[in-house]
Amino acid sequence: MAAAKFEVPKLTGFIDVPAVKEGASAHVKSFPASGPIQEAIGFPGSLVEGWHDKAIAKMGDLLGRYRSLQVFMDACVHCGACTDKCHYFIGTGDPKNMPVARQELMRSVYRRHFTLAGKYFPSLVGAKDLTEELLQDWYSYYYQCSECRRCSVYCPYGIDTAEVTMAGREILDTVGIGQKYTNEIMGKLHRIGNNLGLPGPALEDTLSGLEEDIFDATGVPVKLPLDAEGAEILLVTPSADFFSEPHVESLIGYAKVFHAAGIKWTLSTTASEAGNFGMFIGSYENMQRAAMRIRDAALELGVKRIVVGECGHAWRVAYSFWNTLTGVGHGGEDAFSKQLQQQLDPNYPAPQHICEFTYDLIQQGKLKFDKSLNDHRTITFHDSCNVARGSRMGDMPGGQFVIPREVIKAVANNFHDMQEGTIHEATFCCGGGGGLLTDDLMEIRVKGALPRMEAFNNVVQDKQVNFLALICAICKAQFTKVIPYYGFDMSMVGGVHQLVATAILLEVPEETAQESEASDD
Amino acid sequence: MSLLTVLFACMFYAATALLVVGLFFKIRTYARTPAPLKIPTTPAPTTKTGVVLRMTREVTMFESLFKSNKWIWLFGYMFHVALLLVVVRHLRYFTEPVWFWVDLAQPFGLYAGFAMVAGLGGLWARRFLVDRVRYISTPSDHLMLALLIAIGLTGLGMKFVAHTDIIAVKQFMLGLMVFDLQPLPADPVLLVHLTLVALLMTIFPISKLLHAPGIFFSPTRNQTDDPRDRRHISQWAAKLESGAQSNSDA
Repeated sequence: MAAAKFEVPKLTGFIDVPAVKEGASAHVKSFPASGPIQEAIGFPGSLVEGWHDKAIAKMGDLLGRYRSLQVFMDACVHCGACTDKCHYFIGTGDPKNMPVARQELMRSVYRRHFTLAGKYFPSLVGAKDLTEELLQDWYSYYYQCSECRRCSVYCPYGIDTAEVTMAGREILDTVGIGQKYTNEIMGKLHRIGNNLGLPGPALEDTLSGLEEDIFDATGVPVKLPLDAEGAEILLVTPSADFFSEPHVESLIGYAKVFHAAGIKWTLSTTASEAGNFGMFIGSYENMQRAAMRIRDAALELGVKRIVVGECGHAWRVAYSFWNTLTGVGHGGEDAFSKQLQQQLDPNYPAPQHICEFTYDLIQQGKLKFDKSLNDHRTITFHDSCNVARGSRMGDMPGGQFVIPREVIKAVANNFHDMQEGTIHEATFCCGGGGGLLTDDLMEIRVKGALPRMEAFNNVVQDKQVNFLALICAICKAQFTKVIPYYGFDMSMVGGVHQLVATAILLEVPEETAQESEASDD
Repeated sequence: MSLLTVLFACMFYAATALLVVGLFFKIRTYARTPAPLKIPTTPAPTTKTGVVLRMTREVTMFESLFKSNKWIWLFGYMFHVALLLVVVRHLRYFTEPVWFWVDLAQPFGLYAGFAMVAGLGGLWARRFLVDRVRYISTPSDHLMLALLIAIGLTGLGMKFVAHTDIIAVKQFMLGLMVFDLQPLPADPVLLVHLTLVALLMTIFPISKLLHAPGIFFSPTRNQTDDPRDRRHISQWAAKLESGAQSNSDA
């Protein structure tokens, strides 16, 4: 780890609201996307001629397409309820990271061009022209928002800054200003089928390597099937699960659960990515195009169920948007959605989260665990923002908080929650969500992790917690990289199904048992 | 008929027209603009009844604001409830005979004026005392508070300091509603009070006061959490879908 070029916040034991420090994170800017990256996902390669009018026209278009944006632009009263709720404000003190001020970057332009008061009395109502300088501010601060929706919980009108950030990014993309990290990955997903750009043969290699590893470790022939037609379940998981640590440990966990349950399942080469960065940039078209891969794979493989691996924003897209975007769900009445939905088993939710899947099996007594195998771990659980505030698990509101915790408690003895106000719907983002998981934004990632680190540190000190359990690929990558800045070891980070993998008891076939005994001799 | 009476009558007709027409167009825009994606802030109700309850708690208790900040909630709630009582009390100037529940609210409405001004004062103080709120306050935020406080103070002035000829005011208002103009007393405090109220009505549909209708259309609060069980699709998205299909067919 290179020495930090910025001051890492000190942990104090409390989540303090900082004093306003204007411009504190104005210098933090992610690398812009190159021309080819932009063009690959349908946007102009550089700042277009007449960008001002095109930006305003796009804003008008979005105001007509999204009720959220239209209402949110009008309804804010500047009450201040959200001002201390954003982890990036808490970490930096930059007032433009207060949700209301982030919205104001756009609202000021909205007022100028779309309201009577702003047209005739701009300074009175804080209306502003969209100058190049303001456009640059948009780029800086709309990429210092992780679209975690924490502010939307606390706004008396439910104003969701994520919606504004998404609109801001789409307007920026439309006039030719994109972010390298997100848009490059978006292109890879369209071109190859996953965010890592992992082609089919490489994926096949990886999976058979994992099968060998599991066999060597357990003596059980757990399979990770790829493109298996006629399987009951299609598993769609973030591609980081195939390659990154600790993500892959959870993938092993899913495979073991499927094996123990005796259910035929498969991964897909063409739908080898649950993540969908189309949401991050507010691009309905890109989001739909990426999600269509899952529909197509499900139809092609003839699966009855679709299960989604540990990934926060992917679960929001899957749970909340897939039915809309691609018909993955139930209750469709049009030919397009029926084509798929008649194939899907109506007895199971579509899509289903891997935690819901495992939890159901635990409830039915179909999985056996030795909880003591996790006794070296004292565990806490971080609610991922998109799961907590943009989706659900199970059949009751708040199931997304209960089910992962119940899974953890079924496989481990030592569990402690972090403090109130930092979990459940009030959870803090890891600091790397929403398209910010890039090294060029390391400063804002480290500072944005501050409130979560405070809460984590408190359970480390008071309860000897040594494991931060996650259900999100971005959280895993972010914390692995960022917690060392706060003095923790990166091995403290892992997945919920990593814990499942540790404790699950699989039946060793007799042949293998004898073989391994023989080899022990 | 004095010029003053005609002037104020015209003013109120204009303000009412602007309020009604302005709100009509705004609400129509909100209602017609599609919400293409399911974005309720979860945990969210899974049924329509649940949504009605959530919205009722939001509108009557300011539930989210209560979670957020007890000071803003206290001052904001004090102001809004007091304003409601004051408005209910004022119905007596527009009805003859006065409805019984307006009579019931009368004693509360009288003193609610003080609570209203106190609540507004608390909210205004935050705009100076809390650096974050100071940063986001625009001139119009201050003026809006000044306007509401001035309306409150002039009203309280007429009730508790120097009475106006309230019988005549009521005759004026009753007449106004049936286009039969009755003389308006030329009491300066009354005239200021009425002018400010007309101003408030006028700016309602073009200002942040749109939060009042806006909340009912806020998708994060008014959507049911049922995307896996029901296919939710907007018109423009459906068009996109049929376009995408025909593209892939081609």
